[in-house]
Amino acid sequence: MPSALSLSKGCTFLQEGLGFDRLSPNGVRILTDLTDLTVAEIRNGFRGGDFSAREVAEAFNANVTAAKALNAFIVETPEKALEAADAADKAKAAGDSLGALAGVPIGMKDLFCTQGVQTTAASHMLEGFVPTYESTVSGKLWAAGAGMLGKLNLDQFAMGSSNETSYYGNVISPWRRAKTDGGRGDNAALAPGGSSGGSSSAIAARLCPAATGTDTGGSIRQPAAFTGISGIKPTYGRCSRWGIVAFASSLDQAGPMARTVRDNAILLEVMSGFDPKDSTSLDLPVPQWEANLSSDLKGKTVGIPKEYRPDGLNAEISALWDRGIEWLKDAGAQVVEVSLPHTKYALPTYYIIAPAEASSNLARYDGVRYGQRDLPDGAGLQDMYAATRAAGFGPEVKRRIMIGTYVLSAGFYDAYYTQAQKVRALIARDFELAFEKCDLLLTPTAPSASFALGEKQADPLAMYLNDVFTVPASLVGLPAMAIPGGLDSAGLPIGLQVIGKALDEQTVLNASLAIEERAGFTARPDKWW
Amino acid sequence: MSIDLQTVKKIASLSRISVTDTEAEAMVPELNNILGWVEQLGEVDVSGVEPMTAVIPNHQRLRDDVVTDGNVRDKVLANAPQAEHGFFAVPKVIE
Repeated sequence: MPSALSLSKGCTFLQEGLGFDRLSPNGVRILTDLTDLTVAEIRNGFRGGDFSAREVAEAFNANVTAAKALNAFIVETPEKALEAADAADKAKAAGDSLGALAGVPIGMKDLFCTQGVQTTAASHMLEGFVPTYESTVSGKLWAAGAGMLGKLNLDQFAMGSSNETSYYGNVISPWRRAKTDGGRGDNAALAPGGSSGGSSSAIAARLCPAATGTDTGGSIRQPAAFTGISGIKPTYGRCSRWGIVAFASSLDQAGPMARTVRDNAILLEVMSGFDPKDSTSLDLPVPQWEANLSSDLKGKTVGIPKEYRPDGLNAEISALWDRGIEWLKDAGAQVVEVSLPHTKYALPTYYIIAPAEASSNLARYDGVRYGQRDLPDGAGLQDMYAATRAAGFGPEVKRRIMIGTYVLSAGFYDAYYTQAQKVRALIARDFELAFEKCDLLLTPTAPSASFALGEKQADPLAMYLNDVFTVPASLVGLPAMAIPGGLDSAGLPIGLQVIGKALDEQTVLNASLAIEERAGFTARPDKWW
Repeated sequence: MSIDLQTVKKIASLSRISVTDTEAEAMVPELNNILGWVEQLGEVDVSGVEPMTAVIPNHQRLRDDVVTDGNVRDKVLANAPQAEHGFFAVPKVIE
């Protein structure tokens, strides 16, 4: 446990309402809103006595209440945030040892089962479902002292890339297209990305300093890129899947989302660790990622996969990628071109494997044990199943269940599913060969900046293409992080992705830190909500 | 290969999702688009390649064969749409 190392280096904190005054190193008083602080700053400021945990929780609760227009939360739990804050304040007053996240309120994606608090996966199917148990990951966060601000909206069953499939309405990004040299600006509602769109929107709008996400094919990284924040999908097996509503079990991984690399490291350390209740959980010690953060990349070699720069790649994304390469060189890294020849097959492979696993996982929603039941007059058991599932699932969920059912059905299994698992093995071999020449990969996170809601909803395939750069690492279980790199000509965030070797989250975090320090991304959405 | 209305209805039935004729008709081109796109995997030479079974090498653990759970009947039933006498209740299955 690192003691309260002060990030605010010698600054004096003077409490004042929800904000507080701070003396900058040259003695100038700066008023800072508590909700502008990072997780590390909240942790350290609370420990150092600059403010109480209750003040932090109240400040974030107020922001959550005032941001209904973003629709980022399905359920708000201000009382949970205050309860954890009061416990932290009491522990501190008593001189008890403090958890790693004492005093820090966070948002919880509504895919994590939370005891006594409705958990819906943003579906009608699970409306009113109140778990009698706590997911392993959320339980670890509460045990470390974090408080819950609420359950965050998402794409239904985490299936979507724009947060337009939630039964509880679209999440709106706090970002809007600005009047710039390249754009006229408008007030169109933009996608926060998906599926962790409530998480990304809430963090970018300062409704929470950090949140949980889950990533099956890019559901942490693409929303992070769309909203100018960062997020890491760790190696498959680092975080327990127990108590997370299942989508595609061989791909699903939990991870943190926050505004800084350090904050992600802090949360990931708490969320990771062996869990006997998940048969794919890795029985390995959790590294000290935060303590080992270093943006010095001397001795590291960065691979640039040539297949990630197809003809027609967005020019601004391409230019940012080039800047990212220069930033990593500046941090001391060598840069080499590498080849991942099966890249173009990753997305179609994913759209066989993920629906196949979903069709199996979602068979449990039968109207018998939990969730909705639709029982037409005189219906038998089979009719009840079919009516319940027709009423409870949204169109994208039905589409994926049916694709999955088809590719697993007798006569088609080998042509689709077995073939996809073989191509997946070839994709894994591509990465193995590339990692003989380099220690990490640098790529764009998403092929474009955020788009307007409704723009891609009519064409499922166009929506699927959002995940073209994030899906390969998911198929192979590799750690990968999204990091903001700048704004495009419309004033919207665009980002970079760092992919590492299995279990080497440290290099991923360190390279991301090197980018963070050089990108100097401080842009934030103007408040309109 | 392309799928027709009858196949869509068959898939819906296997998926235990009731669909109206209109819904099924709308799904024909949608599912064909997606399946037509994933079929490009057929062109990949996979001779001698074993299908992937685990992304990260891990071994299947065995635990001691002892009771580790139980006596939570009410918790298990707490979210059931219908529970009676300590059981899940469903429509009559056998006359």
